[in-house]
Amino acid sequence: MNYMDIQHVQKKMKTRIVKNNILKYIFLLATVIGLVVLATLIIRVFTQGIGAINVDFLTGHLSTAPERAGIMGAILGTLWLMAVVIPVTIIIGIGTALYLELYLKEGRTRALIQTNISNLAGVPSIVYGILGLTVFVRAMDLGNIVLAGGLTLALLILPIVIVAAQESIRSVPQHLTEASYGMGATKWQTIRRIILPAALPGMLTGSILAISRAIGETAPLTVIGIPALLIPFPEGITDKFTALPMQIYYWTLDAVLVEEYAKLASATIIVLLLLLFILNSVAIIIRNKFQQRY
Amino acid sequence: MSLATVQNVQKQAATNQNTIFQVDNFNLWYGETHALKEVDLSINEKEITAIIGPSGCGKSTFLKTLNRMVEMVPSVKTSGDIYYRSQNILNKSFHVENLRTRVGMVFQKPNPFPKSVYENVAYGPKIHGIKNKKTLDEIVEKSLRDAYIWDEVKDRLKENAYGLSGGQQQRLCIARTLAIEPDVILMDEPTSALDPISTLKVEELIQKLKEDYSIVIVTHNMQQAARISDRTAFFLNGEVVEFNDTETLFSNPSDQRTEDYITGRFG
Repeated sequence: MNYMDIQHVQKKMKTRIVKNNILKYIFLLATVIGLVVLATLIIRVFTQGIGAINVDFLTGHLSTAPERAGIMGAILGTLWLMAVVIPVTIIIGIGTALYLELYLKEGRTRALIQTNISNLAGVPSIVYGILGLTVFVRAMDLGNIVLAGGLTLALLILPIVIVAAQESIRSVPQHLTEASYGMGATKWQTIRRIILPAALPGMLTGSILAISRAIGETAPLTVIGIPALLIPFPEGITDKFTALPMQIYYWTLDAVLVEEYAKLASATIIVLLLLLFILNSVAIIIRNKFQQRY
Repeated sequence: MSLATVQNVQKQAATNQNTIFQVDNFNLWYGETHALKEVDLSINEKEITAIIGPSGCGKSTFLKTLNRMVEMVPSVKTSGDIYYRSQNILNKSFHVENLRTRVGMVFQKPNPFPKSVYENVAYGPKIHGIKNKKTLDEIVEKSLRDAYIWDEVKDRLKENAYGLSGGQQQRLCIARTLAIEPDVILMDEPTSALDPISTLKVEELIQKLKEDYSIVIVTHNMQQAARISDRTAFFLNGEVVEFNDTETLFSNPSDQRTEDYITGRFG
């Protein structure tokens, strides 16, 4: 009558508990490997680069002489890039997500667009660089200015922003939108007063994380021909520019010729990491400030 | 003229004066599923019309058709006509926003917005263009008083509505609907998520509201239908089996299936 043989269960119990513990340590090991690599990276970058950081380095012009080189141009270039990337991705990304989720009827068209967007998120960044070179730099004849670079980076992260925004919209409980529609609110009123306040924290977190990725991108910028030369500081989105990751890339490349460049590259990495850290903190603050409970 | 048409005309003649909704030969499909079959019904002004029937009989679907919320399901198709105060609401040129401003809805699960009590009630007036702070204050107070919840929340108007109890939340949702001064209020099992005491309060409220509003209430609870409604429709498998005065329907049903259902033989 008894399906459970208590003696059999107890005999096997020890193996089960051992297996349970082994797996716990495997997962711990996985976490530790990641952390150790990250820590090594950070420690190495800091020990090598922190000495090179001073006011002159942060505010100075680029120079071939390592002791006189500054990265103000690259910092400004990256900030101007952000000035293009942030509004373009947020407006187009959230707009597209709202259209796909709330206006476009379910069906073949929507499925087709959805699949394409998901696939685009996996396209290598260098391919976007080629696209940017063809469309913005050459066809639209913008040249290798901030606007062209910014639009290229915006294209690169748009799929990620759209998918993140769509997920945020989908997570807004349907009973809230129903309540709004049920009182005669139009779609736009419902979006503006119910959906956006609920979905915005998720949308912005997703966008800012994607933007941090764009800020660190080098490949698309190399393809559209961003120089690392002695050019004036960029003063607007129509100026030629260089950016922090480009500076890191060239200095690392040339460290074979001038050993000092390696230190400058590390120092620039610290500045870039700091910038990303600030950006991510903003994302967290936004999320905590606007998060609603349902 | 067929017999059905004659009856229809007679029915219309008898009730035309205070008919709010006239449903004629209405059919609805969810994809291939025929969810409502040839529904003919009229709903009267300042009455409580109860819709009863077992789960899946189409009673909620029918209710959501009256404010066209059912269209939020992508695969819905309909045929037939529904007139709200002699305007065909299924007409393409009829704006749903207009309909839903006149036909409010209270849902099964209390669904206040994650906003303050005040903002919940002011939501409707605001979307319909009322900006004056004083007017909004008056509407909020009046609606909350009419929903018999003012005394409980008057000191917590700025607090999040999620801090209220389930029964209070549901009365807040009713107040929110009252704030747009609707003509009809649709209620989709409004007490099914509430405890008995809250249910009683909501039921009392519904009966008071009858003086000023027409109410259509879907309920799972036959005692509730018998207690509060003037007329009752019994739905089964998407058809209206019987529609009559509540008293007649419960004491002397003319259809065997109605009798089986109300005596608890199935459902």
